[in-house]
Amino acid sequence: MSAASRFVFRRRGHGNRWHWTDVVTWIWLIGGTVLMFGPALWLVASSFKGPAQLAEFPPTLLPYTQITAQVEGYDDPLPLFTVTQEDGSTTILAEIRRIGTSAQMVDPDTPSERIDVDIENRAPLREVGLATENYVEPLVTNDFLRFLWNSVFVTVMATLITLLTNSMAAFALSKYRFAGRDAVMLLIVATLMVPLSVILVPLYSVVNATGLLNSLWGVILPTVATPTGVFLLRQYMLTIPDELLEAARMDNASEWQIYWRIVLPLAAPALAVLAIFSVVWRWNDFLWPLIVLSRRETYTLQVGLNTYAGELNVQWHYILAMTVVTMIPVVLVFVFLQRFITTGIAGAGIK
Amino acid sequence: MAAIPRTLGAIVTAPLTWIARAIDPPLRWWQRLTGLNGMAAVFLLPNLAIFGVFVLFPLVLNVVYSMTAGTNILLGDRSFVGLDQYQRLLTCEDYTQAITCREDMFWTAAGNTFFFVVLQVSMMILVSTITALILNRNIRGRGFFRAVFFFPVLLSPVVVGLIWRWILQRQGLLNLIMVNLGMEPEVWLNDRAYAFTATIGVSVWAHMGFYTLILLAGLQAIPKDLYEAAEMDGTPPARVFWRITLPLLGPNLAVVLVLALIRGVQIFDEVYVLTGGGPGTSTLYLTQYIYEVGFASILRNPGLAAAASILMGLVLVVLTLVQLGLSRRNEQRGSRQ
Amino acid sequence: MKLATSLAALAVAGLGTAALAQDDPVELRMMWYSDGIEGEVMQDLLDRFEEQNPDIDVVLDNVAYQVIQEQLPIQLASGQGPDIARVTNLKEQAQHWLDLREHVEDPAYWDENFGNRFDWMREDGSDAIPGFLTQLTMVGGFANRTLFEQAGVEIPGDDATWDEWVEASDQVAQDQGLVAAFAVDRSGHRISGPNVSYGGDYIGEDGMPAEIDDGTMEYVTKLVNWTKEGKQLPEIWVSAAGTTYRSGADDFINAQIPFLYSGSWQVANLSTKIGDAFDWVAIGSPCGDVGCSGLAGGAALVGIKYTDHPEEVARVMDYLASEEVVREFSERTLFLPAHQGVVEAGGLDFQSEDPNVPPALERFVQASNETLPAADALPAWKWANAYYGALVTRISQAMAGEITLEEARELMNRDIADVVQNASQ
Repeated sequence: MSAASRFVFRRRGHGNRWHWTDVVTWIWLIGGTVLMFGPALWLVASSFKGPAQLAEFPPTLLPYTQITAQVEGYDDPLPLFTVTQEDGSTTILAEIRRIGTSAQMVDPDTPSERIDVDIENRAPLREVGLATENYVEPLVTNDFLRFLWNSVFVTVMATLITLLTNSMAAFALSKYRFAGRDAVMLLIVATLMVPLSVILVPLYSVVNATGLLNSLWGVILPTVATPTGVFLLRQYMLTIPDELLEAARMDNASEWQIYWRIVLPLAAPALAVLAIFSVVWRWNDFLWPLIVLSRRETYTLQVGLNTYAGELNVQWHYILAMTVVTMIPVVLVFVFLQRFITTGIAGAGIK
Repeated sequence: MAAIPRTLGAIVTAPLTWIARAIDPPLRWWQRLTGLNGMAAVFLLPNLAIFGVFVLFPLVLNVVYSMTAGTNILLGDRSFVGLDQYQRLLTCEDYTQAITCREDMFWTAAGNTFFFVVLQVSMMILVSTITALILNRNIRGRGFFRAVFFFPVLLSPVVVGLIWRWILQRQGLLNLIMVNLGMEPEVWLNDRAYAFTATIGVSVWAHMGFYTLILLAGLQAIPKDLYEAAEMDGTPPARVFWRITLPLLGPNLAVVLVLALIRGVQIFDEVYVLTGGGPGTSTLYLTQYIYEVGFASILRNPGLAAAASILMGLVLVVLTLVQLGLSRRNEQRGSRQ
Repeated sequence: MKLATSLAALAVAGLGTAALAQDDPVELRMMWYSDGIEGEVMQDLLDRFEEQNPDIDVVLDNVAYQVIQEQLPIQLASGQGPDIARVTNLKEQAQHWLDLREHVEDPAYWDENFGNRFDWMREDGSDAIPGFLTQLTMVGGFANRTLFEQAGVEIPGDDATWDEWVEASDQVAQDQGLVAAFAVDRSGHRISGPNVSYGGDYIGEDGMPAEIDDGTMEYVTKLVNWTKEGKQLPEIWVSAAGTTYRSGADDFINAQIPFLYSGSWQVANLSTKIGDAFDWVAIGSPCGDVGCSGLAGGAALVGIKYTDHPEEVARVMDYLASEEVVREFSERTLFLPAHQGVVEAGGLDFQSEDPNVPPALERFVQASNETLPAADALPAWKWANAYYGALVTRISQAMAGEITLEEARELMNRDIADVVQNASQ
């Protein structure tokens, strides 16, 4: 740890006494952790709730299912309720049926005796339980394996092409002096700020004209020439000393070899950062694939999960569950590569 | 841990290495023929070809669209109207009152976007600077916390919007907490101020990790001897912060400022899922306006949407020039050091 | 892909085994969106069709509704698209539908059973058979009978007005401590029946959009005031901009509002999600000054003009439009059939154990006879969506307090005029 920060936020209380900045630090860190992970956990918890429970108000923290009991004389298990008696005591009864505002109930121990209860005096008895069918149904009925494969294909191909073409362009833009270099750079940076949603219609026409509609390449190609990637790699390659290149030229290395053997390995940290971002971006892409892909065999996961959004009803229980499924790879990337990512970005020096 | 990426890397690179070796002879021949400039062209070609077809050409088409009218989507079927769409967008009786404008929604969206960007960018810089300063301290589990704040950056905007909608809606987590604390539940997204604040908060939540890392990199690059010198002079910490830390963090802050500005103007997916632009039109931002006018709504008008997007693009180009100016100044400063 | 196919075709021809190629089934693509289980039902029906017709392979592409609304129009404009699609913007895109008249087995059967709604989906003056409605929808209300009983409030009768309904629901809401009295779906289509009930008429004498009239404004004013007073659940209309659709169904399901104004398509949804939690009834449409109108609508399955296999498309359509298939589809999805023969024969055996379902569906059938002529004209009117869009956008702003009702009226007129003007360019 650097002396610098120790100085800026040194503990002014000596020994074990805490200075106010220490308190602020830990409140910030712990609060931040809750705030960053909490929402995602809530999504996961919600994804295990049944459709009726999702609409419930006030909501519950955990997913619950109704407890049922097998009662003698009834074929199907009956739901259990906590019933408040007139004297204020509570018992657990099973409900046979509800008619208007009163419920016909029965004590599971004495099944022959029927009791009429006002429905305001009963509350369902529930236990924590997972509505796993939210996950099972779509995974079984829908071709999610196919969707998964398409998503992986798009992500991997787009990332490889991005790395190759962007690094080549960045190499040319950082290590050669040629007429129009600044113009090309300006053009690339200027397009950094064109959001996709703004050029949807013309871009669609182009993809349509090139015959890439309903093809995974129609999803891949428009995304790979990312200006961000070129920009990031160029900034990094500028820090590679030209002397290295000159020495290689002396040894009769071709320009291609210089790019492949010298510049690429040296730019590895920046390439890694771009690779990680590219994977996350392409995996999460939503609007564009939705527009290009309308045939089932070409769906990516994000498009597949959206088929649960109808005209008049949205089947939230499926959408939430499938959202969690699509988040899993991202979380895995996070868990396994987090050190790599955070040090990489800091190291790649977006300066 | 590091072994996994390394093995994966080896598997991926083996065939690539083979290909790279195979194309070297023809490229060598080309290099001999055309020299270094020819090689620059080779390196630029794949990227520029894709870029030209899928980014630049649609952009140019967009300009053409902005000068046409009608509901037809194919350019060939549309009628040319010159600058009519721009005129329609820019006509107002009173420029301080969006409602008096010919396209009141455009001006409402532009005004909302302006306030959103100003507040969101300031919040973003404030929060990520504080977080970076804290993460720069000598604390236990620094790597872990650094990753914690980065986590939301990995989520897709749609998921971010969905998560927060599920927290802020009537049946959401926040109301659950309120009820448990004995407070009245609130329909957060139904209140203009809360909803507007929510769009700012959520976008800061989603992106601050990225900017924090940029600032952290800057903090760690500050030479330590400067602090040591200040300590020997007995300079108070607040003064050290204003005189040393902040000025030396300047270049990184500038990058964060410009990137956050650009992304702020472009805000769309997360807000679209979170508030849909409501309540009323209080969180209707420009990109949503463009998307709805040109693509989504039944009252589709691609020409008007294209014109609006070009006006927005002009603002963004100005921001870019500012960024270029800033980074050029930084490069010069860098070479002086 | 294309290259590969043609190469394969060449190879096959070269080998002199052309017969093999003929055995390949014709592949048809059907673009379909789902609000509930209808996609699964359709898949079942198609599986059965393919068994009987091995020479046709129908691929069901389940898509998000967004794709039907946003992407399909662009495909159609460029002369592409699936072979068959389930669509809701029937009239505006009528020029892209395939005329099945020459291809179906018995055009008279189609005219007889679906003929009265062909004008919803073909250009004015055409005699084409463009397809058929997979479901007829009827706008109407639902009441939570259990809540009304608990509050001791009588459910208003069939001739009760909107004011009476809101008043009664408000009593229930106050008595039971609910969040609001009622909700109307956020949709211009939904409020058009009530507008007509108060004397509104959208269509001018020349067939073009008329200016917003006093009848429409009367109901709109009521709705805005009810929202401002908190009687209508505010988040449905207020918490979105533009034409975004929002439904109050979830709040009705959760017994937070005793009265929901939505439509017949909610029946299956309510049944699955409410279960046994409370009793609910369909109530048709409350009345205005001139009637108690709802509004009919629906989604249709249409052939696309740009298909390479019109004959095969017609065979699929013939099968799906046949009386027994329509009957089964309606029974399983709990949708109202739009097939004259099925409707007249009646006695649909809706597959639901929920005792609330059959009377609700019957009530909607009854409601479809209570609509006013001005409402009946809307589904086949080219500019209906322009009107709906303007209504939703501006009314929401008025409810949010951004503009006054008078301003809303002016802006709606302007929006509609803009659409007409832009469409004529």
